[in-house]
Amino acid sequence: MATAQSVPVDLSAALVLSPPPLGDWLVVAPVVLMIGLGALLMMVRKSVRLHGAIAVAGLAALVVVDAALLWRVSTHGPVTMVMGRWLPPFGIAFTADILGSVMALVSAIVGLAAGFFGLRDIDAAGRRYGFFPFLMLLMAGVSGAFLTGDIFNLYVWFEVLLISSFGLLILGSEPEQIEGAMKYALLNLIGTTLFLIAVGYLYAIFGTLNMADLVGRATLMSERAPLTTLTALFILAFAMKAAAFPVNFWLPASYHTPRIVVSALFGGLLTKVGIYSLLRVAIMLLPVEREQLSIAIAVSAVLTMMVGALGALAQSDTRRLVGYVVIAGIGNMMAGIAIGTPAAVSGAVLYAVHSMVTMTALYLVVGEAARLGGSWSLATLGGLYRRSPWFASASFLLMLAAAGLPPMSGLWPKVALLKAAIDIGAWWLAGAILGSAFILTLALARVLLLAYWRPRPQTRIDAPTAVVAPAADWRIILPLGGLTVLTLGFGLFPEPLLQLAQAAAEGLANPQAYIHSVFPGGAAP
Amino acid sequence: MEVLFAVLIGCFFGAAIYLMLSKHTVRILLGVALLGNGVNLLLFTTGRLVREVPPIIPAGLDTLAPGTANPLPQALILTAIVISFSFFAFLLVLTYRAYQELGTDDSDDMRLAEPRDEPLPPMGY
Repeated sequence: MATAQSVPVDLSAALVLSPPPLGDWLVVAPVVLMIGLGALLMMVRKSVRLHGAIAVAGLAALVVVDAALLWRVSTHGPVTMVMGRWLPPFGIAFTADILGSVMALVSAIVGLAAGFFGLRDIDAAGRRYGFFPFLMLLMAGVSGAFLTGDIFNLYVWFEVLLISSFGLLILGSEPEQIEGAMKYALLNLIGTTLFLIAVGYLYAIFGTLNMADLVGRATLMSERAPLTTLTALFILAFAMKAAAFPVNFWLPASYHTPRIVVSALFGGLLTKVGIYSLLRVAIMLLPVEREQLSIAIAVSAVLTMMVGALGALAQSDTRRLVGYVVIAGIGNMMAGIAIGTPAAVSGAVLYAVHSMVTMTALYLVVGEAARLGGSWSLATLGGLYRRSPWFASASFLLMLAAAGLPPMSGLWPKVALLKAAIDIGAWWLAGAILGSAFILTLALARVLLLAYWRPRPQTRIDAPTAVVAPAADWRIILPLGGLTVLTLGFGLFPEPLLQLAQAAAEGLANPQAYIHSVFPGGAAP
Repeated sequence: MEVLFAVLIGCFFGAAIYLMLSKHTVRILLGVALLGNGVNLLLFTTGRLVREVPPIIPAGLDTLAPGTANPLPQALILTAIVISFSFFAFLLVLTYRAYQELGTDDSDDMRLAEPRDEPLPPMGY
């Protein structure tokens, strides 16, 4: 031991010696908060009365922390923090840029809305089963995926959110849920394994897993052939997570089976994590290969939009209908990635933000409609407008948003994507965006017509006509109203969000600031 | 050595994909387990295989000498093993419950959540 001490070691070559500034802790705070609260809720799992209050307070704190992080990132540029003080690329880096922090903030808002709705939707049995701990861990996984700067770490967060999503999906253990979970679990597990395979090859090619380091090395790489295969593998893996066309069948098979608040959370967040990762890898890390594969992505995007829109048109189960609306939105975001210009990428980012809020709200609407109308089927729903005009108005606004009509948030990303598609002369892509929006408008208008305007059908005697639903209380009004106001706000005052999305796209196309935040002293050794 | 491992990994992946193409959930599950092990071998190989020199920094130096074994893939594999093990455990229970509840292990017969003859929405009223 004495000989080891005699060798002077220069620690500054390996470690960050100065303590990080206080503001940097914001990068890891969302994950630390959520994992800590998840553990806390596990510890008090017997006292289910506490769960709701702790979880909602924690999610509100998460919104505040993510908002502070976004503010810091947009004023000071990307923020980096490394695990165990090891200098990147050796220590696992958490790096928040504008894209990551915007997505984290919106996911926190969606999580908060789901937490509120869960207070009402999840009964004591569901709480004992662990709804709120799973919710915390899911949010930890989602926040971690958005904020990490290391691609293997991204895989780990994928698995964190996946295992907690399994727990949420089978909450209740109905036969339908087990069947849906079976398909969801197997296909998502295969998808993340594909992602892990791609990460393995990435490491074999570059010898590093830090994203900022990868960007630097990818631009210097002269032998591009393996990278094309690698990018194709990444795109397949993330398309599987995002439910893009050839690999989308797990979503309509499973998303309608759990409690509606769980569907809302999944429809809002999980597919968008796939889109985020695709943006990160295809636009930031491997832009040249994305360019080569752009036709394949575009074809998949068009088919996804069409499958989503036509599927929505053919469904009479309202939950499955919303599932197809989610898929159609994924097609739009994929179109933005296929075009790949900064304008198109900012359109995709904008669409992702819009989709997170609107899809969650739409699932909540469907759940509330089923509570008021006593059915999930369009054949038996009816008279909801008479039942509750306020709820019907909110539903109408959200359906406008989902169809991409003004004055709601769905308009602007569609306009951005259309303009980007026409700018590069891809008229067929623009046509597909418009066509799928038109079919979606028809599908959603029919929901409005049948479930809201039509008087309640009284043909069948055994239909549950005497459903006495208790009046809506704040646990329903607050999340639904909040999300509706948010989408209306995006629609009426899009300027701040447009600027953020443009800054996010700019940060992906020219990641100098991102790299500089990870390696302040220049490139990696 | 790497070539040998590549062939072995190919066999793992091939067997895994063959099993996953089956309709029976137990076979799919075995395929997933094989796939997980194939990926672990892949991660192991991506760090390049060096047997002779363990990754220990000799006295007097502060970095590894060139040609030593790569210590990183082991950390990656450990993470991947833990994750795939826990997922496999979950999936085993899920498959068993699915067999109990649904009375079948044929994924074609699992149509409870997606009924075959689901009616179209009403065309008017």
